[in-house]
Amino acid sequence: MSAPAVDPATAPAPKAPPKPWFGKKERRAVIDPFLDNNPITVQVLGICSALAVTVAVKQALVMAIAVTVVVCGSNVVISMLRNYIPPSIRIIVQLSIIASLVILVDQFLQAFLYDISKSLSVFVGLIITNCIVMGRAEAYAMANPPWPSFLDGLGNGIGYGVILVLVAIGREVLGAGKFFGFPVVPEIAYELGYQNMGLMVLAPGAFILLGLLIWAQRTWTGYTEE
Amino acid sequence: MVMLESYLSLAVQSIFVENILLAYFLGMCSFLAVSKKVETAMGLGLAVIFVLTITSPVNWALNEFLLKDGAMAWAGLPDLNLSFLGLVAFIAVIAAMVQIVEMALDKFSPTLYNQLGIFLPLIAVNCSILGASLFLVQREYGPVESLVFGFSSGVGWALAIVAMAAIRYKLRYAHIPAGLRGLGITMLVTGLMSIAFMAFSGIKLTD
Repeated sequence: MSAPAVDPATAPAPKAPPKPWFGKKERRAVIDPFLDNNPITVQVLGICSALAVTVAVKQALVMAIAVTVVVCGSNVVISMLRNYIPPSIRIIVQLSIIASLVILVDQFLQAFLYDISKSLSVFVGLIITNCIVMGRAEAYAMANPPWPSFLDGLGNGIGYGVILVLVAIGREVLGAGKFFGFPVVPEIAYELGYQNMGLMVLAPGAFILLGLLIWAQRTWTGYTEE
Repeated sequence: MVMLESYLSLAVQSIFVENILLAYFLGMCSFLAVSKKVETAMGLGLAVIFVLTITSPVNWALNEFLLKDGAMAWAGLPDLNLSFLGLVAFIAVIAAMVQIVEMALDKFSPTLYNQLGIFLPLIAVNCSILGASLFLVQREYGPVESLVFGFSSGVGWALAIVAMAAIRYKLRYAHIPAGLRGLGITMLVTGLMSIAFMAFSGIKLTD
């Protein structure tokens, strides 16, 4: 006796084990961007804002959270719409989704964290053109369902934030002798002739610190170009 | 004459003193990715100058007549403040302009078009373009100032990327530690270049 014929396309997959909510693949999506596939140091995405907002740790932290929210949100929305977006106009569709999310974040910051929003100036708006958001939408969300896309966004947002905060700590401590606005270099050091490195607060300090950080990270993970 | 001087001063300032790349970190992604060959860098630099020169005044007009607080007074809507739509409007203008440049290049210079390849559409998400538009709103530039600012920011960006491409060409024959190769050394060199450009900060044409 043969089983009734079923169209293989519509039949439920036989005996597929229930997919775990947080299995190996999901864990990798979150953990990978920390070190092995860090968006800044390895994928070379989103450098612009990484440098500009890292004068102080507080700004860097707010920026990191803002980017994480935007990249998670855009990944989820784009992944839900992925089967309906015509490929020829996908860039403009992605851009408008991202821009709407960034406007939300921008208005939220202006309403509740006005001082920080002022000091971040145009860089909140520039999350739109942050290559991380576009890059993840294009590389991951267009090909994966919403839940893994969300985790991928979370991982990349945090991976980005870690580098941002590290650079900011370096610049704030070396450049202003402070951490989170509190002085950390003891008074006695200044009396003995220690001076803050003014260079760290300026643009070149950011480039050089990030360069050194990339060097350290790549030596650790053994990643090389060319 | 005084007007001309102030425009010249603005141009010098945005090319050298406040170079959009070296002082504001805008447009780093394509800067790092495309600065391997001088010819390609030159091509992308020209494309960026072109797009910036067009989008800056257009976005200025958009902001002045449609988006600013009370800007819709000419349409009888003096209470309307659409400035929160600025980001979407600017990025739409930029994306459209990039599309036009792409089509024009494809028609008139297919070699350059092929060389720029993927990076041409990426100008749309080049932070320097959107950044310039946001800066000119924030600093309340006028129409001619926006034009001058857009053009000279583009020139500054092109200058930086061409210089970087030339340096990287020389670096190819240097012994660099494995982890520092590529991105790392490029960042360090950019830092040194940024220090060099800071030497211009004393220059001012008008008081």
